Amino acid sequence: MNETLTYILTIVGELFSLLTLAALLIWVERRMLALWQDRLGPNRAGPFGLFIVVADTLKLFFKEDWIPPFSEKAVFVIAPAILVITVLLSFTIIPFAPGILITDFNIGILFFLAMSSLGVYSIVLGGWASNNKYSLLGALRGASQMISYEVFMGLSLMGVVMLSGSFSLRDIVEAQRNHWFILLQPVGFVIFFIAGIAETHRLPFDIPEAESELVAGFHSEYSSMKFGMFFIGEYLGITLISAMVTTLFLGGWLGPEFLPPICWFALKTFAFILFFILLRASLPRPRYDQLMGYGWKVLLPVTLLNLLVTGAVVLLLKN
Amino acid sequence: MNLLFSISSVIAIVSTLMVITRKHPVHALLYLIVSFLAIAVVIYQLGAPFIAILELIIYAGAIMVLFIFTMMLLNLGKETIDQERKWLQPQTWTGPVLLSLILLVELIYLLSKSSSQEHAITGMDTKIVAQTLFGPYLILVELAALLLTAGIVGAAHIGQHKRRVSHRFLEEYNE
Amino acid sequence: MFSIIRSIWLTSLHMFRKRATIEYPEHKAPLHPRYRGRIVLTRDPDGMERCVGCYLCAAACPVDCIALQATEDENHRRYPEFFRINFSRCIFCGYCEEACPTYAIQLIPDFEISEYDRQNLVYEKQDLLISGEGKYPGYNYYKVAGLDAGVKNKGEGDNEEPPIDIHSLLP
Repeated sequence: MNETLTYILTIVGELFSLLTLAALLIWVERRMLALWQDRLGPNRAGPFGLFIVVADTLKLFFKEDWIPPFSEKAVFVIAPAILVITVLLSFTIIPFAPGILITDFNIGILFFLAMSSLGVYSIVLGGWASNNKYSLLGALRGASQMISYEVFMGLSLMGVVMLSGSFSLRDIVEAQRNHWFILLQPVGFVIFFIAGIAETHRLPFDIPEAESELVAGFHSEYSSMKFGMFFIGEYLGITLISAMVTTLFLGGWLGPEFLPPICWFALKTFAFILFFILLRASLPRPRYDQLMGYGWKVLLPVTLLNLLVTGAVVLLLKN
Repeated sequence: MNLLFSISSVIAIVSTLMVITRKHPVHALLYLIVSFLAIAVVIYQLGAPFIAILELIIYAGAIMVLFIFTMMLLNLGKETIDQERKWLQPQTWTGPVLLSLILLVELIYLLSKSSSQEHAITGMDTKIVAQTLFGPYLILVELAALLLTAGIVGAAHIGQHKRRVSHRFLEEYNE
Repeated sequence: MFSIIRSIWLTSLHMFRKRATIEYPEHKAPLHPRYRGRIVLTRDPDGMERCVGCYLCAAACPVDCIALQATEDENHRRYPEFFRINFSRCIFCGYCEEACPTYAIQLIPDFEISEYDRQNLVYEKQDLLISGEGKYPGYNYYKVAGLDAGVKNKGEGDNEEPPIDIHSLLP
């Protein structure tokens, strides 16, 4: 009974903290962007402008929830939910700290990959159901971008899997007690991070949205909380990728004793979230064909090579 | 466990029926995705988590996205539905239906015969899958890899595009 | 690849730069004296209206936001009966200031003219008229005009010769 209670508490607490974090990221992102662009950012509402989160959420809630008459209504409504659901489901496998973990899936990484590949549907269906040329173009770009980068994402993780000998994220964290995998798998780390940016279609790779070309891409027709779902889904995606990088390459909750494990995890994750925002502040958006060419012609060979070398070294050390 | 199994199998059957009966291709594909998800749960229940996840990643995550991708590009509308209705005459579908009915009867017969002995569900770990694939079935894996490579090379060849010079003044720069 | 890392690094260095933002209601940006803001009507050094109602500003205005009606007082000095500027239309181009022959209409460095009601943006003469001389202190149009409008008699202005006695035969 007590175990079930803690289990439910873990789930509820995780959900609550994730959604709060995603909402807070609105503020964090705007303040940090301002910091890197010599501005101040939102600083009026509340202390340090923190209430902008409340204001933004209220604004989203009270806007007209417009479903275009020319859209495919059912699909149009489902699409934003898919994004949030898949991202939140991916969080179930992430070990935040030794005790705070929802499921210790023995194929955790694969589950994460499956969920991120299902997340493509939100973009594809959202863009298609809007029945709008810009949305359709955004959806096409999003689908091809995310499918191709999933390949490198999966392959770049295989090095980690080889080193730790398990798909379970907890075992992977435990395997990093001596040295973090970023030291052994720097190439895998970089490729996973790049693929992660493309998966969450964040700013250097926000080609599905590309406001200078496609209005707002796949969510042009979305308003109110449906847009809010895409918005929150994107921030949750950032958090997810950062958390995955932390668990897979930076030793998860492991760290010196003076801080509790959960703090180490949060610190590392937050550093990566900030790096996401820094990338947004500093890099221009590549062209669509450049992105695809970069993926297939540079990242894929490098990933395969990395896989080959890692496998060879692991075999050598075993014998 | 049994209840979960039955629920997901019912979902799989219902969604597959919906795939066949939907007129709109994208709706049909959505039901197909649901069916894949349900089948993945079924496979997981049967003790093969690796295959279940692969079903999700490859079929539901990649191939169906490509299907939807094509659907979106085809711009199917009312006319295509009418056209389909015209094509769907009894003489076209009776043959396949009869043949598959025979198969169904065979399947039911086999299932009713084999249900007497209990199959013990053995967990198929990722390690076991890998050891089988790269042990006894290595040549099959390599053959599949060769086939895929051929496919990629073919796609790259088809997708190759010549640089078109938009103006004669630009010819020198491009050569 | 190197350039990407370099640009990320350079962007992160911007964290320590001085902020470009001026927090408006508390701190205000220093405006130049020739900043084109709110339009005012100025007065002579002796406190009379400078505007002579020539309609040049209304003619020069590209958005037709100036409306006025000229009239004369008992000294035949022209002045506007009403002078109306619709600031919801005004684009602050400053053409009226350039067109004005008497330096009456001037744009001053003040932009805080927001209103909740759009009608309040239509400024009448009493709203526009200030008690000072604006950017050109000491200038009095009727002092140099050669016209007797109660400011000076004929021939008593600056750079003005006394009027010729047309009945005399002397050169």
